[in-house]
Amino acid sequence: MNLGSIIESGFKEIWAHWFRSLLTMFGIILGVASLVTMSSFVKGKENLLKDSLAESGGLERIVVDDNDDLPDYQKHLEDEANGMTLKDVYALQKNAPLVYNVTPVIEKRSYRGSLRVSRKGKRVRYASVKGTWPSLLEIEEHELEHGRVFSDMDDLLANPVCIIGTQIRNDLFGEYDNQGEEIIPIGEKIMINYIPFKIIGMFKQYMSEEDRKKKEEARAAGQTVARRDFRAAYMSGDRQSGTAMRIYSMKNSTVMIPINTLVSKLDSDYDRGSNMDRSLSKVAMNIYDVSTLEKSLQQVRNVLMQTHKGLEDFEFETQEGFAGDINLSIQNERISGMFIAGICLLVGGIGIINIMLSSISERVREIGIRKSIGATNMDVFLQILTESIVIAVAGGLAGIMLSPILVNTLASFADGTTPPVMTAFAMAVAFGFSVITGSLAGLFPAIKAAKLDPIQALRYD
Amino acid sequence: MPLLELRDIHKTYHLGGETIRALDGVSLDIDSGEFISIIGPSGSGKSTLMHILGCLDTPTSGTINLDGMMIHDASARQLAAIRNKKIGFVFQFFNLLPKLTVRQNVELPMIYSGLSGKERRERAMNSLSSVNMEDRSKHRPSQLSGGQQQRAAIARALVNDPRIIFADEPTGNLDSNTGVLILEMFDKLHQEGRTVMLVTHDPEIAAVTPRRIEIRDGKIANEIDPKLAGEVPKFDQFKDVKSKKLT
Ligand SMILES: Nc1ncnc2c1ncn2[C@@H]1O[C@H](COP(=O)(O)OP(=O)(O)O)[C@@H](O)[C@H]1O
Ligand SMILES: [Mg+2]
Repeated sequence: MNLGSIIESGFKEIWAHWFRSLLTMFGIILGVASLVTMSSFVKGKENLLKDSLAESGGLERIVVDDNDDLPDYQKHLEDEANGMTLKDVYALQKNAPLVYNVTPVIEKRSYRGSLRVSRKGKRVRYASVKGTWPSLLEIEEHELEHGRVFSDMDDLLANPVCIIGTQIRNDLFGEYDNQGEEIIPIGEKIMINYIPFKIIGMFKQYMSEEDRKKKEEARAAGQTVARRDFRAAYMSGDRQSGTAMRIYSMKNSTVMIPINTLVSKLDSDYDRGSNMDRSLSKVAMNIYDVSTLEKSLQQVRNVLMQTHKGLEDFEFETQEGFAGDINLSIQNERISGMFIAGICLLVGGIGIINIMLSSISERVREIGIRKSIGATNMDVFLQILTESIVIAVAGGLAGIMLSPILVNTLASFADGTTPPVMTAFAMAVAFGFSVITGSLAGLFPAIKAAKLDPIQALRYD
Repeated sequence: MPLLELRDIHKTYHLGGETIRALDGVSLDIDSGEFISIIGPSGSGKSTLMHILGCLDTPTSGTINLDGMMIHDASARQLAAIRNKKIGFVFQFFNLLPKLTVRQNVELPMIYSGLSGKERRERAMNSLSSVNMEDRSKHRPSQLSGGQQQRAAIARALVNDPRIIFADEPTGNLDSNTGVLILEMFDKLHQEGRTVMLVTHDPEIAAVTPRRIEIRDGKIANEIDPKLAGEVPKFDQFKDVKSKKLT
């Protein structure tokens, strides 16, 4: 008996009991739909977290922060701890060959009150002004979309120039002009603490891939999308997504200026000694190779212990913890999703076993007749197996068709958090599972049917 | 060489310590083209014999040679192929599949012999027209009378052009007029040169065939064979049955 006619008769049999078959399929439909749905949400979150990890400098970034909290045995030296300075930067450049792009950063944030970024009466809600060197662009994965980066000469002369993030532009200029064109305020002046700065460059807008797609679609349709806010994610309880989205938001709120400009024009609290002693917010750098992270940290520590006369008034901040958290939580979510889908498929599989067994006992006579006219045990086995696979496959396809509806419905309830990403791969896997479930569930009934004695079956009156 | 050659066939069943000898040393030769009836009271072993001859069952001991093949120790797979190609069954309860149309039922044996859809359809229709059922090809079995169902079953038994046709009480579920029509049909098949074996408990039906084998308690108790006795086939008896049933 060829496969075509087996499948054909499988379909006929299922169609003859379509309602019963539909009920049986329900477990499979749910299992497949939940598998696809779960993996879309996990995938969406994974994409967001991974993007944001890369966006914040990836694993190649090391940041050395001040640490006011000295170890116990150094507490008595607190007065001598003056944190990170340019001296450290030069020492690292010279003596730590495993790292490069060693870059000083002095950061001032507007919400701490000490900073005001404004223009013509409009004030930026939140801004992070960083006095630094151009190499920070590479470390923090900034991309300049318009204008230029400040030069060493700008730094030397403490020129009042700045590069801004798109959120700063949005707050002070608006995003689009009357014609719907994007506003590019290169050459315009903004005020930082009432001191005029010329905008010489603007970064690209940082957003997750999903948001970018949404925005482009909306723009193509002539609409605007409400900006999703990381606070919404926090409030809805998804801390990690919140953190990830905050990374984008903070990057867009950056104002980057030469470090000397910051010290000479914005430092009211600094009593103008040598710039070399000005304490830095942090020193950022790259490592050449992620696999040398431990060695590189050790090297940096050694150099800093020298310049800090053995005082451990600094600490390292790497992305490793964040990356580890991401993988762990993605894995956890995946496992719990698989578990739910697995149970649905199991229930579906048991449903199929049940229905196939009762179908066989109704069809003892049919099986006897088929055998009497030449069906082999294998033919009967394949027929029953095919019927159960057809039920599972139909359930699987229905589940896949149902899953976009389920995903969109759930996504609309959880507005403001991670948008799900449906992948063909997840669908293929879910479909594969439904086929496997159908085959396994059909196995026992098919063996039972194949073993039926045709004479006994024909006596069945 | 005979078409079927049975030697000392035994079939025993064990039921709760008791041994039932359904067949107890049956030896028999059947030539191609014979029209035979197996007759005997209920429980005498007729069906068991037919099942073994029809490769639905295997004997406990003894040898069977069907058309040059030793089938008593053939594998289940080989037996299925023999049933498919060399044997046609007609049963008391017709045994058509209720969900399929008449034509689809007749096509079934050819599905298992792997014929293409087009060839299956053609041969099924030919077979149906040989039993005058071509105009019922799209009906379901439940829409047919008993006689029509049995004719469809005969068409199905014939469709793979078998070497021998077994009919187990083929008229047992039909009224007598219809039964006679079915018997005439078997007679016609015999005239066309086919080998047909009727199984029945009714001597009047058995009287239709030239050769009659009577079974009792799993043994051949009596046999009328025109070849051995030089007896002329008693078609007049068949006529008797026919006239008696019709009146
Ligand atoms: N599967 C079986 N198990 C036990 N006994 C059986 C089985 N099949 C048939 N028999 C017994 O074998 C004997 C012959 O049965 P069967 O060939 O069906 O008789 P008939 O067709 O002549 O009425 C009967 O006594 C019957 O009870
Ligand atoms: Mg019987």
